[in-house]
Amino acid sequence: MISLHINGKTKQVEAAPDTPLLWVLRDELHMSGTKFGCGMALCGACTVHVDGQPARACVLPVSAAVGRKIVTIEAIGDTPVGKRVQQAWAEIDVPQCGYCQSGQIMAASALLKAIPKPSDKDIDQAMSGNICRCGTYPRIRAAIHKAAGNGGKA
Amino acid sequence: MQSNRRLFLKAMTAAGGGLLLQIAIPGARARDAAPATGWEANAVVRIAADGKVHMTMPYVEMGQGTYTSIPMLIAEELEVDLKDVVLEHAGADDKRYINPALGFQVTGGSTTMRAAWLPMRQAGAAARMLLVQAAAQQWQVDAASCRAEHGAVIHTPTQRKLRYGALVDSAAKLPLPAAEAIVLKQPKDFRLIGKAARRLDTPGKLDGSAQYGIDVQLPGMKVAALAITPVFGGRLAGLDEAAALKVPGVRQVVRLDDCAAVIADHYGAAQKGLSLLALRWDDGPNAKLSSADIVADMARASQAGSAKVRADGKPEQAFAAAARVIEATYELPFLAHAPMEPMNCTVHVQSDRCDVWTGTQVMTRARAVAAQVTGLPEEKVTVHNFLLGGGFGRRLEIDGVERAVRIAREVKGPVKVIYSREEDIQHDMYRPYFYDRVRAGLDEHGAPVAWSHHLTGSSVLGRFLPPAFNNGFDPETVDGADAPPYAFPSIKVDYTRHEPPQIPTAFWRGVGPSHNIFVVESFIDELAAAANADPLAYRLALLKHNPRAEHVLKLAAEKANWQGPRNGAMGRGLSVQFAFGTYMAMVVDAHLVDGEVRVERVVCALDCGVPINPDTIRAQVESAVIFGISGALWGDITFKNGRVEQSNFHDYRVLRMHETPRIETHIVASNEAPGGMGEPGTAALMPALANAIYAHTGKRIRKLPIATALQSA
Repeated sequence: MISLHINGKTKQVEAAPDTPLLWVLRDELHMSGTKFGCGMALCGACTVHVDGQPARACVLPVSAAVGRKIVTIEAIGDTPVGKRVQQAWAEIDVPQCGYCQSGQIMAASALLKAIPKPSDKDIDQAMSGNICRCGTYPRIRAAIHKAAGNGGKA
Repeated sequence: MQSNRRLFLKAMTAAGGGLLLQIAIPGARARDAAPATGWEANAVVRIAADGKVHMTMPYVEMGQGTYTSIPMLIAEELEVDLKDVVLEHAGADDKRYINPALGFQVTGGSTTMRAAWLPMRQAGAAARMLLVQAAAQQWQVDAASCRAEHGAVIHTPTQRKLRYGALVDSAAKLPLPAAEAIVLKQPKDFRLIGKAARRLDTPGKLDGSAQYGIDVQLPGMKVAALAITPVFGGRLAGLDEAAALKVPGVRQVVRLDDCAAVIADHYGAAQKGLSLLALRWDDGPNAKLSSADIVADMARASQAGSAKVRADGKPEQAFAAAARVIEATYELPFLAHAPMEPMNCTVHVQSDRCDVWTGTQVMTRARAVAAQVTGLPEEKVTVHNFLLGGGFGRRLEIDGVERAVRIAREVKGPVKVIYSREEDIQHDMYRPYFYDRVRAGLDEHGAPVAWSHHLTGSSVLGRFLPPAFNNGFDPETVDGADAPPYAFPSIKVDYTRHEPPQIPTAFWRGVGPSHNIFVVESFIDELAAAANADPLAYRLALLKHNPRAEHVLKLAAEKANWQGPRNGAMGRGLSVQFAFGTYMAMVVDAHLVDGEVRVERVVCALDCGVPINPDTIRAQVESAVIFGISGALWGDITFKNGRVEQSNFHDYRVLRMHETPRIETHIVASNEAPGGMGEPGTAALMPALANAIYAHTGKRIRKLPIATALQSA
């Protein structure tokens, strides 16, 4: 049994220590908001927060998450920054197919927590690991500025 | 039951109460004119006693905004608020949900809004008239003294008010108004159409609650990882399962002719087990196949016979009389779709039924293939459709469903089959390779007097919808080549169907136009250069007969300040097109930074007829432009020893945030019937970008992708 701290609750799971956290979340805990996209930390669809830092759950062994605070898309709206990000995303109507947006929102929330008023360059750096095949990047950028209180402009 | 053939609309009492409307959405193209007699409804609208409007649509949402734009049409005429429209997934049923543009239940080809525009508004208007009539009868007043707004009927002189919910049952018993009595709103009175509307499907996409096919959870469900023969046409020769079965959580190994699957409690264990299988493959006849072989075959085929698409204005005589003739060969690579949600399908096969959970653009085909594999009658197969994590044409195909059902037949209980990203890219059905020879005859001033375009490549339609492939003529593959927007005194278009050996090909965002418009708009740019003419002026001189195309081109050039400074050594290129019922022009600014192409700005002007949801139109342009940049710069699926050489996003590169240009969209105000918006932008971007690269470097890109072409320069 492995004990994990996820979204403020302690969860017991049965998993080999090298199992990627992503599959523990999705297949064991049935938390399907964190997405599988590439399995190689190339696309960011599986982004979660581990002790406040963005992490790619598809390559993070569950053993490395033990004793650390994990936050997923299901609970990011409970944080003030996450809530602002979700609101900005809704106001700008960012998502298209929506599949990558869990990861985008997690990456953007981590960025805004670290840098409350990010520049375009900060956004490029923080968000370039998250792929969106629908091409919502311009709206993601605008929504991050909006969530930062800049009215959707840099 | 009331029926009206001209309207293709029926109104009746809904089972369980309420007003039910059945609507037939006809085909999007003139050649698919609605049948004269007999029709089947393919969309259902139910106005319930609580006033909510429930819609079941024959289309799926894959990011393109359909789930918002179609409700806007009915809400506009029905006089309800968009928030009162509730969407329900359609079940798999060809008879009820047929898309007559293609003859079965399908979402694709940018056909949706073109097909739904009139019937959905008529249905809304007819229902509003029934509700007003029902209220007028209850109050014993003249219906003309009543009006409808925000889901209620109001008697204007007395301000009495009845909510729709209180009127639906009596309205359902009234006769449907005659077609000529149904008056649609004038565009100036639109409340919703033409104004940016928030998407109805957004909230669930912000907190992880939206459910895609890959998210389905079922009691007792197992998860499968699979390895498919790395060479198309190869077979599984053997494997050793002992080590895999020792992995905690692995339950079973399934062997099929052309693939192996590891069945486990979770995907992590399944993947680990798969890596331990010691797979042996019989590579079969394509073991040595390489991209160079495929292209050489295609080049040979392009010299052989062809089917005539058109020959007008005596082209051979015009070529003979031309002052000079310019020729070029253009090549476009195989492309993967790489939607963010990898291919997946969950199946439960039982002795007397089969259930399939997936996100698909073709529900009835998914059902049919499951029936075929299991031997069950179709009515024993249920397809549960989900949101699509990207389609782009990939989810028009059912190869993944077929494979999942074959695996599930060997498994007790439901099993979710997930392609790894590597399998998704290496076993896609690819946008075909195209080998196009183009030729133009110019007069002494450099103006074209003859145009010839000979396409060679796979016919997706010939496989996908064989009845549409007639005597070598494939309307989809030649779309965008058969009728360029320009006034050419003579034109010849030919098509040679040539299928690559066992490499499956499929539609890819833009179908014919995304290939052909690259060729046409690149070659017309070559002609302008040959004539020492400005690319804009050269095109405008050939568009005097085509005012909508001329207008979008002038608008894009003006907004991009075409003649203005190029910001240093920046290259500026353009394109103009008519595709999917939409006129579009694009101006792209790009340059090389440290040897890499950097796209700085894209200006798009478009005339898509009446702009239904301008915000969705802008979103679709941004989407299609970014998709097009990825494809044009880097998109390339290549073969070596029969294997696809690319495997994941590190070597099948796609555009990222820091590489994304500024994108401006300018929408022409219009009351013409709506055109498609999902695909045109991808077709427009590629040549405009390649033309910008030419302006910047002097290098003409005749073989995509651009990054590879520049390396070989």
